[in-house]
Amino acid sequence: MKILVCISQVPDTTTKISFVDNDTRFNEDKVQYIVNPYDEWYALVRALELKETLGGNVTIITVGTSAVDAVIRKALAIGADDAVRIDMDPSDAYSVAKSIADYATGKGYDIILAGKETIDYNGSEVPGMIAALLNLPFIALGSKLDIEGNSAVVEVELDGGIEVIKTTLPAVISAAKGMAEARIPNMRGIMAARTKNIEVIPGTASALVGVKKFTLPNAKSAVKLIDPDNMDQLVELLHSEAKVI
Amino acid sequence: MAILIFAESTNGKLKKASLESISYGARIAKMLGTEATALVCGEASAEELAKAGTFGAQKVLHASQMPSNFDPQLASTLVLKAVEKTGAKTIIFSHDYAGRSVAPRISAMLQAGLVSGAVSLPDLSAGFSVKKNVFSGKAIAEYVIHTDVKIISLLPNSVPTEQTNTVASIETFNDATSEYVSGLNITKKAIDNSGGILLTEAELVVSAGRGMKGPENWNIVEELANTLGAATACSRPVSDIGWRPHHEHVGQTGIAIRPNLYIAIGISGAIQHLAGVNGSKVIVVINKDSEAPFFKAADYGVVGDAMDVIPKLTEAFRKFKLQNA
Repeated sequence: MKILVCISQVPDTTTKISFVDNDTRFNEDKVQYIVNPYDEWYALVRALELKETLGGNVTIITVGTSAVDAVIRKALAIGADDAVRIDMDPSDAYSVAKSIADYATGKGYDIILAGKETIDYNGSEVPGMIAALLNLPFIALGSKLDIEGNSAVVEVELDGGIEVIKTTLPAVISAAKGMAEARIPNMRGIMAARTKNIEVIPGTASALVGVKKFTLPNAKSAVKLIDPDNMDQLVELLHSEAKVI
Repeated sequence: MAILIFAESTNGKLKKASLESISYGARIAKMLGTEATALVCGEASAEELAKAGTFGAQKVLHASQMPSNFDPQLASTLVLKAVEKTGAKTIIFSHDYAGRSVAPRISAMLQAGLVSGAVSLPDLSAGFSVKKNVFSGKAIAEYVIHTDVKIISLLPNSVPTEQTNTVASIETFNDATSEYVSGLNITKKAIDNSGGILLTEAELVVSAGRGMKGPENWNIVEELANTLGAATACSRPVSDIGWRPHHEHVGQTGIAIRPNLYIAIGISGAIQHLAGVNGSKVIVVINKDSEAPFFKAADYGVVGDAMDVIPKLTEAFRKFKLQNA
Protein backbone atom coordinates (compact mmCIF):
# COMPACT_ATOMS: atom_id res chain seq x y z
CA MET A 1 0.00 0.00 0.00
CA LYS A 2 1.59 3.23 -1.20
CA ILE A 3 0.08 6.18 0.63
CA LEU A 4 0.59 9.91 0.17
CA VAL A 5 -0.55 12.11 3.09
CA CYS A 6 -0.96 15.84 2.47
CA ILE A 7 -0.13 17.91 5.52
CA SER A 8 -0.28 21.61 6.19
CA GLN A 9 1.42 23.84 8.71
CA VAL A 10 -1.07 25.91 10.74
CA PRO A 11 -0.81 28.28 13.71
CA ASP A 12 -1.41 26.57 17.05
CA THR A 13 -5.10 26.65 18.03
CA THR A 14 -4.53 29.13 20.85
CA THR A 15 -2.69 31.68 18.65
CA LYS A 16 -3.84 35.27 18.94
CA ILE A 17 -4.57 36.26 15.36
CA SER A 18 -3.31 39.61 14.01
CA PHE A 19 -2.23 41.03 10.66
CA VAL A 20 0.53 43.21 9.18
CA ASP A 21 1.21 45.15 5.95
CA ASN A 22 -2.03 47.07 6.06
CA ASP A 23 -3.98 43.96 7.07
CA THR A 24 -3.00 42.07 3.97
CA ARG A 25 -0.77 39.47 5.61
CA PHE A 26 -1.00 37.20 8.68
CA ASN A 27 1.35 38.32 11.45
CA GLU A 28 3.72 35.37 11.95
CA ASP A 29 5.63 37.03 14.77
CA LYS A 30 5.93 34.65 17.79
CA VAL A 31 3.46 32.22 16.23
CA GLN A 32 3.86 28.59 17.27
CA TYR A 33 3.18 26.29 14.31
CA ILE A 34 1.74 22.79 14.41
CA VAL A 35 0.71 20.15 11.88
CA ASN A 36 -2.93 20.78 10.96
CA PRO A 37 -4.79 18.54 13.46
CA TYR A 38 -7.02 16.83 10.87
CA ASP A 39 -3.94 15.98 8.78
CA GLU A 40 -1.93 14.70 11.73
CA TRP A 41 -4.41 13.04 14.07
CA TYR A 42 -6.61 11.37 11.48
CA ALA A 43 -5.07 11.22 7.98
CA LEU A 44 -1.46 10.51 8.93
CA VAL A 45 -2.21 8.12 11.79
CA ARG A 46 -4.71 6.12 9.72
CA ALA A 47 -2.14 5.91 6.91
CA LEU A 48 0.41 4.53 9.39
CA GLU A 49 -2.10 2.00 10.75
CA LEU A 50 -2.83 0.78 7.21
CA LYS A 51 0.88 0.46 6.52
CA GLU A 52 1.34 -1.51 9.74
CA THR A 53 -1.32 -4.06 8.76
CA LEU A 54 -0.88 -4.16 4.99
CA GLY A 55 2.76 -3.16 4.51
CA GLY A 56 3.90 -0.39 2.21
CA ASN A 57 5.09 3.14 2.47
CA VAL A 58 3.78 6.45 3.83
CA THR A 59 5.07 9.64 2.25
CA ILE A 60 4.02 13.06 3.50
CA ILE A 61 3.81 16.02 1.20
CA THR A 62 3.44 19.70 1.99
CA VAL A 63 3.75 23.04 0.25
CA GLY A 64 5.86 25.75 1.85
CA THR A 65 9.27 27.32 2.27
CA SER A 66 11.99 25.78 4.48
CA ALA A 67 10.15 27.35 7.43
CA VAL A 68 7.81 24.33 7.40
CA ASP A 69 10.60 21.79 7.90
CA ALA A 70 9.92 21.68 11.66
CA VAL A 71 6.37 20.40 11.19
CA ILE A 72 7.59 17.97 8.52
CA ARG A 73 10.03 16.52 11.10
CA LYS A 74 7.14 16.22 13.56
CA ALA A 75 5.12 14.20 11.03
CA LEU A 76 8.18 12.06 10.28
CA ALA A 77 8.66 11.51 14.03
CA ILE A 78 5.11 10.17 14.26
CA GLY A 79 6.12 7.56 11.72
CA ALA A 80 5.95 8.66 8.08
CA ASP A 81 8.76 7.13 6.01
CA ASP A 82 9.79 10.14 3.96
CA ALA A 83 8.65 13.58 2.94
CA VAL A 84 8.29 15.87 -0.04
CA ARG A 85 8.29 19.64 0.30
CA ILE A 86 7.08 21.70 -2.63
CA ASP A 87 9.11 24.86 -2.27
CA MET A 88 6.51 27.55 -2.82
CA ASP A 89 4.40 29.97 -0.82
CA PRO A 90 1.02 28.18 -0.52
CA SER A 91 -1.05 31.16 -1.65
CA ASP A 92 -4.29 29.37 -2.54
CA ALA A 93 -5.81 25.90 -2.59
CA TYR A 94 -5.56 25.44 -6.36
CA SER A 95 -1.83 26.16 -6.61
CA VAL A 96 -1.24 23.74 -3.72
CA ALA A 97 -3.48 21.01 -5.18
CA LYS A 98 -2.06 21.36 -8.70
CA SER A 99 1.53 21.16 -7.46
CA ILE A 100 0.74 18.07 -5.37
CA ALA A 101 -1.20 16.44 -8.24
CA ASP A 102 1.68 17.10 -10.63
CA TYR A 103 4.08 15.47 -8.18
CA ALA A 104 1.80 12.46 -7.62
CA THR A 105 1.16 11.84 -11.32
CA GLY A 106 2.51 8.46 -12.40
CA LYS A 107 3.91 7.60 -8.95
CA GLY A 108 1.32 4.90 -8.29
CA TYR A 109 -0.11 6.00 -4.94
CA ASP A 110 -2.99 3.78 -3.86
CA ILE A 111 -4.45 6.35 -1.51
CA ILE A 112 -3.99 10.09 -1.16
CA LEU A 113 -5.15 11.25 2.28
CA ALA A 114 -5.59 14.72 3.76
CA GLY A 115 -7.45 16.28 6.67
CA LYS A 116 -10.98 17.49 5.93
CA GLU A 117 -9.87 21.12 6.25
CA THR A 118 -7.08 23.24 7.67
CA ILE A 119 -7.75 25.27 10.79
CA ASP A 120 -6.24 28.44 9.31
CA TYR A 121 -7.92 29.05 5.94
CA ASN A 122 -10.73 26.52 6.52
CA GLY A 123 -11.10 25.78 2.82
CA SER A 124 -11.62 22.01 2.59
CA GLU A 125 -10.64 22.41 -1.04
CA VAL A 126 -7.24 20.79 -1.64
CA PRO A 127 -8.10 17.04 -1.56
CA GLY A 128 -11.13 17.42 -3.86
CA MET A 129 -9.04 19.44 -6.30
CA ILE A 130 -6.23 16.85 -6.29
CA ALA A 131 -8.79 14.15 -7.08
CA ALA A 132 -10.19 16.15 -9.99
CA LEU A 133 -6.73 16.88 -11.38
CA LEU A 134 -5.73 13.20 -11.19
CA ASN A 135 -9.17 12.06 -12.37
CA LEU A 136 -9.65 9.96 -9.24
CA PRO A 137 -12.69 9.36 -7.02
CA PHE A 138 -12.88 11.64 -3.98
CA ILE A 139 -14.64 10.94 -0.71
CA ALA A 140 -14.90 13.86 1.71
CA LEU A 141 -15.20 13.79 5.51
CA GLY A 142 -14.36 10.13 6.07
CA SER A 143 -14.70 9.15 9.71
CA LYS A 144 -13.67 5.53 9.11
CA LEU A 145 -11.44 4.01 6.43
CA ASP A 146 -10.81 0.36 5.73
CA ILE A 147 -9.23 -1.46 2.81
CA GLU A 148 -10.98 -4.48 1.27
CA GLY A 149 -8.93 -5.97 -1.52
CA ASN A 150 -8.54 -3.26 -4.12
CA SER A 151 -11.23 -1.04 -2.62
CA ALA A 152 -11.50 1.54 0.11
CA VAL A 153 -14.55 1.46 2.35
CA VAL A 154 -15.21 4.85 3.89
CA GLU A 155 -17.84 5.89 6.40
CA VAL A 156 -19.13 9.43 6.30
CA GLU A 157 -21.24 10.88 9.11
CA LEU A 158 -23.96 13.00 7.56
CA ASP A 159 -26.92 14.80 9.05
CA GLY A 160 -29.32 11.97 8.35
CA GLY A 161 -27.06 9.15 9.56
CA ILE A 162 -23.97 7.32 8.33
CA GLU A 163 -23.16 6.57 4.69
CA VAL A 164 -20.83 3.76 3.69
CA ILE A 165 -19.05 4.53 0.44
CA LYS A 166 -17.00 1.94 -1.38
CA THR A 167 -14.63 2.96 -4.13
CA THR A 168 -11.93 1.24 -6.11
CA LEU A 169 -8.36 2.40 -5.52
CA PRO A 170 -6.59 4.66 -6.19
CA ALA A 171 -8.71 7.31 -4.52
CA VAL A 172 -8.44 10.57 -2.62
CA ILE A 173 -10.01 10.68 0.85
CA SER A 174 -10.33 13.51 3.36
CA ALA A 175 -10.25 12.61 7.04
CA ALA A 176 -12.60 13.77 9.78
CA LYS A 177 -12.75 12.96 13.48
CA GLY A 178 -13.05 9.25 14.18
CA MET A 179 -10.74 7.92 11.45
CA ALA A 180 -7.92 7.35 13.95
CA GLU A 181 -6.64 8.33 17.38
CA ALA A 182 -3.83 10.88 17.68
CA ARG A 183 -0.35 9.48 18.35
CA ILE A 184 2.40 11.17 20.32
CA PRO A 185 5.86 10.71 18.81
CA ASN A 186 8.28 8.76 21.01
CA MET A 187 12.01 9.43 21.43
CA ARG A 188 12.92 6.73 18.91
CA GLY A 189 10.63 8.30 16.33
CA ILE A 190 12.05 11.75 16.97
CA MET A 191 15.62 10.46 16.57
CA ALA A 192 14.74 8.53 13.41
CA ALA A 193 13.01 11.59 11.91
CA ARG A 194 16.27 13.52 11.91
CA THR A 195 17.78 11.36 9.21
CA LYS A 196 14.68 10.72 7.09
CA ASN A 197 14.73 12.21 3.62
CA ILE A 198 12.90 15.41 2.71
CA GLU A 199 12.80 15.79 -1.05
CA VAL A 200 12.48 19.45 -2.11
CA ILE A 201 10.89 20.23 -5.48
CA PRO A 202 9.57 23.43 -7.11
CA GLY A 203 5.87 24.34 -7.29
CA THR A 204 4.10 24.12 -10.62
CA ALA A 205 1.04 26.36 -10.45
CA SER A 206 -0.11 29.85 -9.66
CA ALA A 207 -3.09 31.01 -7.62
CA LEU A 208 -6.65 31.57 -8.84
CA VAL A 209 -7.74 33.57 -5.77
CA GLY A 210 -5.96 35.82 -3.29
CA VAL A 211 -6.65 37.65 -0.04
CA LYS A 212 -7.12 41.39 -0.47
CA LYS A 213 -7.67 42.25 3.18
CA PHE A 214 -8.06 40.64 6.59
CA THR A 215 -10.31 41.99 9.31
CA LEU A 216 -11.01 40.93 12.88
CA PRO A 217 -14.60 40.35 13.97
CA ASN A 218 -16.24 43.08 16.05
CA ALA A 219 -15.43 42.68 19.71
CA LYS A 220 -18.25 41.14 21.73
CA SER A 221 -19.82 43.48 24.24
CA ALA A 222 -19.69 42.34 27.85
CA VAL A 223 -21.94 39.47 28.87
CA LYS A 224 -25.26 40.38 30.47
CA LEU A 225 -25.67 38.28 33.59
CA ILE A 226 -29.17 37.11 34.49
CA ASP A 227 -30.28 35.95 37.94
CA PRO A 228 -30.85 32.16 37.82
CA ASP A 229 -34.16 32.70 39.59
CA ASN A 230 -35.36 35.06 36.88
CA MET A 231 -35.42 32.98 33.70
CA ASP A 232 -38.49 34.92 32.52
CA GLN A 233 -36.19 37.90 32.12
CA LEU A 234 -33.75 35.89 29.98
CA VAL A 235 -36.57 34.69 27.73
CA GLU A 236 -37.89 38.24 27.45
CA LEU A 237 -34.43 39.56 26.47
CA LEU A 238 -33.99 36.80 23.87
CA HIS A 239 -37.34 37.81 22.43
CA SER A 240 -37.36 41.62 22.55
CA GLU A 241 -33.66 42.54 22.65
CA ALA A 242 -31.81 39.76 20.80
CA LYS A 243 -34.87 38.92 18.65
CA VAL A 244 -33.88 35.28 18.21
CA ILE A 245 -37.11 33.71 19.48
CA MET B 1 -22.55 36.24 -17.03
CA ALA B 2 -25.29 33.81 -16.01
CA ILE B 3 -25.41 32.36 -12.50
CA LEU B 4 -25.86 28.67 -11.73
CA ILE B 5 -26.88 27.53 -8.26
CA PHE B 6 -26.48 23.94 -7.12
CA ALA B 7 -29.45 22.94 -4.96
CA GLU B 8 -30.60 19.70 -3.34
CA SER B 9 -34.01 18.30 -2.59
CA THR B 10 -34.18 15.60 0.07
CA ASN B 11 -37.39 13.74 0.90
CA GLY B 12 -39.15 15.91 -1.65
CA LYS B 13 -38.17 19.19 0.01
CA LEU B 14 -35.58 21.76 -1.03
CA LYS B 15 -32.97 21.93 1.70
CA LYS B 16 -32.89 25.11 3.76
CA ALA B 17 -29.24 25.67 2.86
CA SER B 18 -30.17 25.31 -0.85
CA LEU B 19 -32.86 27.98 -0.57
CA GLU B 20 -30.25 30.27 0.97
CA SER B 21 -27.90 29.54 -1.95
CA ILE B 22 -30.67 30.21 -4.49
CA SER B 23 -31.52 33.55 -2.89
CA TYR B 24 -27.81 34.43 -2.69
CA GLY B 25 -27.23 33.51 -6.35
CA ALA B 26 -30.33 35.42 -7.44
CA ARG B 27 -29.13 38.52 -5.63
CA ILE B 28 -25.76 38.28 -7.41
CA ALA B 29 -27.59 37.84 -10.73
CA LYS B 30 -29.49 41.04 -10.01
CA MET B 31 -26.25 42.88 -9.20
CA LEU B 32 -24.78 41.69 -12.50
CA GLY B 33 -27.97 42.17 -14.51
CA THR B 34 -28.19 38.53 -15.50
CA GLU B 35 -30.27 35.39 -14.90
CA ALA B 36 -30.09 32.88 -12.07
CA THR B 37 -30.66 29.20 -12.80
CA ALA B 38 -31.12 26.69 -9.99
CA LEU B 39 -29.96 23.14 -10.68
CA VAL B 40 -32.12 21.08 -8.34
CA CYS B 41 -31.00 17.50 -7.63
CA GLY B 42 -33.48 15.00 -6.29
CA GLU B 43 -37.20 14.36 -6.38
CA ALA B 44 -39.43 17.41 -5.93
CA SER B 45 -42.99 18.32 -6.91
CA ALA B 46 -43.68 21.24 -9.26
CA GLU B 47 -44.97 23.12 -6.27
CA GLU B 48 -41.73 22.54 -4.38
CA LEU B 49 -39.65 23.54 -7.42
CA ALA B 50 -41.62 26.78 -7.66
CA LYS B 51 -40.00 27.74 -4.37
CA ALA B 52 -36.77 28.31 -6.30
CA GLY B 53 -38.63 31.15 -8.03
CA THR B 54 -39.88 32.49 -4.73
CA PHE B 55 -36.25 32.77 -3.70
CA GLY B 56 -35.34 34.53 -6.94
CA ALA B 57 -34.33 31.98 -9.60
CA GLN B 58 -35.65 32.59 -13.13
CA LYS B 59 -35.02 29.03 -14.26
CA VAL B 60 -34.96 25.60 -12.70
CA LEU B 61 -33.09 22.67 -14.19
CA HIS B 62 -34.52 19.65 -12.41
CA ALA B 63 -32.29 16.58 -12.17
CA SER B 64 -35.17 14.39 -11.05
CA GLN B 65 -33.39 11.06 -11.51
CA MET B 66 -30.54 11.60 -9.07
CA PRO B 67 -30.12 8.62 -6.76
CA SER B 68 -31.31 9.26 -3.21
CA ASN B 69 -27.82 8.60 -1.82
CA PHE B 70 -25.87 11.69 -2.86
CA ASP B 71 -23.11 10.79 -5.32
CA PRO B 72 -20.51 13.58 -5.52
CA GLN B 73 -18.99 12.27 -8.77
CA LEU B 74 -22.36 12.16 -10.50
CA ALA B 75 -23.23 15.59 -9.12
CA SER B 76 -19.95 16.99 -10.51
CA THR B 77 -20.71 15.61 -13.97
CA LEU B 78 -24.20 17.09 -13.78
CA VAL B 79 -22.92 20.52 -12.73
CA LEU B 80 -20.46 20.57 -15.65
CA LYS B 81 -23.30 19.75 -18.06
CA ALA B 82 -25.42 22.51 -16.56
CA VAL B 83 -22.55 25.01 -16.79
CA GLU B 84 -22.22 24.11 -20.45
CA LYS B 85 -25.94 24.54 -21.04
CA THR B 86 -26.35 27.85 -19.22
CA GLY B 87 -22.96 29.37 -19.98
CA ALA B 88 -22.72 30.21 -16.28
CA LYS B 89 -19.80 32.36 -15.19
CA THR B 90 -20.61 32.22 -11.50
CA ILE B 91 -21.45 28.94 -9.76
CA ILE B 92 -22.91 28.85 -6.26
CA PHE B 93 -22.85 25.93 -3.83
CA SER B 94 -23.81 25.62 -0.20
CA HIS B 95 -20.78 24.92 2.02
CA ASP B 96 -22.11 21.57 3.24
CA TYR B 97 -21.19 17.97 2.40
CA ALA B 98 -22.31 18.37 -1.21
CA GLY B 99 -20.49 21.68 -1.57
CA ARG B 100 -17.33 20.34 0.01
CA SER B 101 -17.31 17.31 -2.29
CA VAL B 102 -18.32 18.95 -5.55
CA ALA B 103 -17.15 22.59 -5.56
CA PRO B 104 -13.38 21.84 -5.35
CA ARG B 105 -13.75 19.30 -8.16
CA ILE B 106 -15.47 21.81 -10.44
CA SER B 107 -12.95 24.50 -9.48
CA ALA B 108 -9.99 22.35 -10.48
CA MET B 109 -11.63 21.06 -13.67
CA LEU B 110 -12.59 24.52 -14.91
CA GLN B 111 -9.57 26.25 -13.35
CA ALA B 112 -12.12 28.59 -11.80
CA GLY B 113 -11.26 30.37 -8.55
CA LEU B 114 -13.19 29.08 -5.53
CA VAL B 115 -13.99 30.82 -2.28
CA SER B 116 -15.45 28.27 0.13
CA GLY B 117 -17.55 29.18 3.14
CA ALA B 118 -18.41 32.71 1.95
CA VAL B 119 -20.30 34.90 4.42
CA SER B 120 -21.12 37.95 2.28
CA LEU B 121 -22.44 38.97 -1.11
CA PRO B 122 -19.60 39.77 -3.51
CA ASP B 123 -18.22 43.29 -3.77
CA LEU B 124 -18.09 44.22 -7.47
CA SER B 125 -16.70 47.73 -7.04
CA ALA B 126 -13.16 46.63 -7.88
CA GLY B 127 -13.07 43.22 -9.50
CA PHE B 128 -14.94 40.42 -7.71
CA SER B 129 -14.28 39.88 -4.04
CA VAL B 130 -16.11 38.01 -1.32
CA LYS B 131 -15.58 37.55 2.41
CA LYS B 132 -15.15 34.31 4.32
CA ASN B 133 -14.22 33.33 7.86
CA VAL B 134 -10.63 32.21 8.43
CA PHE B 135 -8.64 30.99 11.42
CA SER B 136 -11.73 29.07 12.57
CA GLY B 137 -13.84 32.19 12.93
CA LYS B 138 -11.15 34.32 14.58
CA ALA B 139 -10.80 36.55 11.49
CA ILE B 140 -12.45 37.42 8.19
CA ALA B 141 -10.62 37.47 4.85
CA GLU B 142 -11.76 39.27 1.74
CA TYR B 143 -10.79 37.12 -1.24
CA VAL B 144 -10.45 38.35 -4.81
CA ILE B 145 -11.28 35.81 -7.50
CA HIS B 146 -8.99 36.38 -10.47
CA THR B 147 -10.54 33.99 -12.97
CA ASP B 148 -13.33 34.53 -15.48
CA VAL B 149 -15.46 31.73 -14.03
CA LYS B 150 -16.05 32.13 -10.31
CA ILE B 151 -17.20 29.61 -7.73
CA ILE B 152 -18.55 30.40 -4.28
CA SER B 153 -19.74 28.02 -1.61
CA LEU B 154 -21.96 29.84 0.85
CA LEU B 155 -21.75 29.18 4.57
CA PRO B 156 -25.25 28.20 5.76
CA ASN B 157 -27.14 30.73 7.91
CA SER B 158 -24.77 33.57 7.10
CA VAL B 159 -26.52 35.70 4.46
CA PRO B 160 -30.25 36.47 4.92
CA THR B 161 -32.59 35.27 2.17
CA GLU B 162 -34.84 37.55 0.13
CA GLN B 163 -38.21 36.45 -1.20
CA THR B 164 -39.35 37.58 -4.64
CA ASN B 165 -42.41 36.98 -6.80
CA THR B 166 -40.43 35.43 -9.65
CA VAL B 167 -42.13 32.55 -11.43
CA ALA B 168 -39.38 30.17 -12.46
CA SER B 169 -39.54 28.14 -15.66
CA ILE B 170 -38.95 24.46 -14.98
CA GLU B 171 -37.09 22.08 -17.25
CA THR B 172 -36.25 18.45 -16.57
CA PHE B 173 -32.51 17.94 -16.84
CA ASN B 174 -31.20 14.42 -16.57
CA ASP B 175 -28.40 14.73 -19.11
CA ALA B 176 -25.74 13.31 -16.84
CA THR B 177 -27.74 10.64 -15.05
CA SER B 178 -28.63 8.54 -18.09
CA GLU B 179 -25.08 7.91 -19.30
CA TYR B 180 -23.17 8.03 -16.05
CA VAL B 181 -21.60 5.00 -14.41
CA SER B 182 -20.56 5.81 -10.87
CA GLY B 183 -17.33 4.49 -9.43
CA LEU B 184 -18.83 4.78 -5.97
CA ASN B 185 -21.06 2.29 -4.21
CA ILE B 186 -23.03 4.22 -1.61
CA THR B 187 -25.23 2.68 1.05
CA LYS B 188 -26.81 3.98 4.23
CA LYS B 189 -25.61 2.23 7.36
CA ALA B 190 -27.54 4.02 10.02
CA ILE B 191 -30.46 6.27 9.44
CA ASP B 192 -31.35 8.78 12.07
CA ASN B 193 -35.09 8.35 12.50
CA SER B 194 -35.31 10.48 15.60
CA GLY B 195 -37.13 13.07 13.51
CA GLY B 196 -35.06 15.65 15.32
CA ILE B 197 -33.94 18.92 13.84
CA LEU B 198 -30.75 18.78 11.76
CA LEU B 199 -27.98 20.37 13.77
CA THR B 200 -26.35 22.08 10.81
CA GLU B 201 -29.61 23.65 9.72
CA ALA B 202 -31.01 24.47 13.17
CA GLU B 203 -31.69 28.09 14.05
CA LEU B 204 -31.84 27.26 17.74
CA VAL B 205 -29.38 24.90 19.43
CA VAL B 206 -29.18 23.66 23.02
CA SER B 207 -25.76 22.23 23.82
CA ALA B 208 -24.40 20.67 26.98
CA GLY B 209 -21.09 19.44 28.34
CA ARG B 210 -19.39 17.78 31.26
CA GLY B 211 -21.22 20.04 33.70
CA MET B 212 -24.21 17.70 33.24
CA LYS B 213 -22.30 15.08 35.30
CA GLY B 214 -23.67 12.06 33.42
CA PRO B 215 -25.71 10.93 30.40
CA GLU B 216 -28.67 10.13 32.64
CA ASN B 217 -29.15 13.85 33.22
CA TRP B 218 -29.67 14.68 29.54
CA ASN B 219 -33.43 14.33 29.73
CA ILE B 220 -33.73 17.89 31.04
CA VAL B 221 -31.53 19.15 28.20
CA GLU B 222 -33.75 17.36 25.68
CA GLU B 223 -36.86 18.71 27.33
CA LEU B 224 -35.49 22.25 27.02
CA ALA B 225 -34.62 21.64 23.35
CA ASN B 226 -38.07 20.16 22.63
CA THR B 227 -39.85 23.04 24.30
CA LEU B 228 -37.84 25.51 22.29
CA GLY B 229 -37.92 23.53 19.03
CA ALA B 230 -34.12 23.40 19.09
CA ALA B 231 -31.54 20.84 17.99
CA THR B 232 -29.25 19.30 20.60
CA ALA B 233 -25.45 19.42 20.52
CA CYS B 234 -22.59 18.66 22.89
CA SER B 235 -18.95 19.37 23.68
CA ARG B 236 -16.05 17.14 22.71
CA PRO B 237 -15.33 15.46 26.09
CA VAL B 238 -18.96 14.39 26.31
CA SER B 239 -18.92 12.70 22.89
CA ASP B 240 -15.46 11.22 23.53
CA ILE B 241 -16.63 9.42 26.66
CA GLY B 242 -19.76 8.26 24.88
CA TRP B 243 -22.38 10.22 26.80
CA ARG B 244 -23.63 11.62 23.50
CA PRO B 245 -23.28 10.52 19.84
CA HIS B 246 -20.34 11.87 17.82
CA HIS B 247 -22.55 13.67 15.34
CA GLU B 248 -23.67 16.01 18.12
CA HIS B 249 -20.12 17.18 18.81
CA VAL B 250 -19.62 20.81 17.85
CA GLY B 251 -16.22 22.47 17.93
CA GLN B 252 -12.90 22.61 16.14
CA THR B 253 -12.72 18.88 15.44
CA GLY B 254 -16.46 18.22 15.35
CA ILE B 255 -18.79 20.28 13.23
CA ALA B 256 -19.05 24.05 13.04
CA ILE B 257 -22.50 25.57 13.39
CA ARG B 258 -23.86 29.10 13.29
CA PRO B 259 -27.41 29.15 14.64
CA ASN B 260 -29.31 32.26 15.66
CA LEU B 261 -29.28 31.12 19.27
CA TYR B 262 -26.75 28.83 20.95
CA ILE B 263 -27.42 27.87 24.56
CA ALA B 264 -24.34 26.29 26.17
CA ILE B 265 -24.89 24.44 29.43
CA GLY B 266 -22.04 23.21 31.61
CA ILE B 267 -19.45 23.83 28.88
CA SER B 268 -16.36 25.74 30.00
CA GLY B 269 -15.73 27.29 26.58
CA ALA B 270 -12.29 26.03 25.55
CA ILE B 271 -10.97 27.77 22.45
CA GLN B 272 -11.47 24.58 20.43
CA HIS B 273 -15.17 24.55 21.32
CA LEU B 274 -15.57 28.25 20.54
CA ALA B 275 -14.08 27.68 17.08
CA GLY B 276 -17.14 25.62 16.21
CA VAL B 277 -19.79 27.98 17.57
CA ASN B 278 -18.40 31.51 17.37
CA GLY B 279 -20.51 32.18 14.29
CA SER B 280 -23.70 31.94 16.38
CA LYS B 281 -25.66 35.18 16.41
CA VAL B 282 -26.53 35.05 20.12
CA ILE B 283 -24.83 32.91 22.77
CA VAL B 284 -26.30 32.10 26.18
CA VAL B 285 -23.96 30.45 28.68
CA ILE B 286 -25.16 28.61 31.77
CA ASN B 287 -22.35 27.54 34.08
CA LYS B 288 -21.93 27.28 37.83
CA ASP B 289 -18.35 28.56 37.56
CA SER B 290 -18.51 32.34 37.10
CA GLU B 291 -14.88 32.22 35.88
CA ALA B 292 -15.67 29.89 32.94
CA PRO B 293 -14.00 31.38 29.83
CA PHE B 294 -17.20 30.89 27.83
CA PHE B 295 -18.79 33.89 29.59
CA LYS B 296 -16.35 36.15 27.70
CA ALA B 297 -17.84 34.97 24.41
CA ALA B 298 -21.44 35.07 25.64
CA ASP B 299 -24.18 37.64 25.11
CA TYR B 300 -26.17 36.45 28.11
CA GLY B 301 -24.91 34.46 31.07
CA VAL B 302 -26.45 32.62 33.98
CA VAL B 303 -24.21 31.61 36.86
CA GLY B 304 -25.87 28.62 38.42
CA ASP B 305 -26.15 24.86 38.59
CA ALA B 306 -27.44 23.27 35.37
CA MET B 307 -29.80 20.92 37.21
CA ASP B 308 -31.43 23.87 38.89
CA VAL B 309 -31.39 26.40 36.02
CA ILE B 310 -32.50 24.24 33.06
CA PRO B 311 -35.96 23.29 34.39
CA LYS B 312 -36.59 26.94 35.25
CA LEU B 313 -35.56 28.05 31.78
CA THR B 314 -37.71 25.34 30.17
CA GLU B 315 -40.66 26.54 32.22
CA ALA B 316 -40.01 30.16 31.21
CA PHE B 317 -39.91 29.20 27.52
CA ARG B 318 -43.12 27.19 27.92
CA LYS B 319 -44.86 30.18 29.44
CA PHE B 320 -43.55 32.42 26.67
CA LYS B 321 -44.79 30.01 23.98
CA LEU B 322 -48.26 29.87 25.51
CA GLN B 323 -48.47 33.65 25.66
CA ASN B 324 -47.28 34.04 22.08
CA ALA B 325 -49.16 31.11 20.60
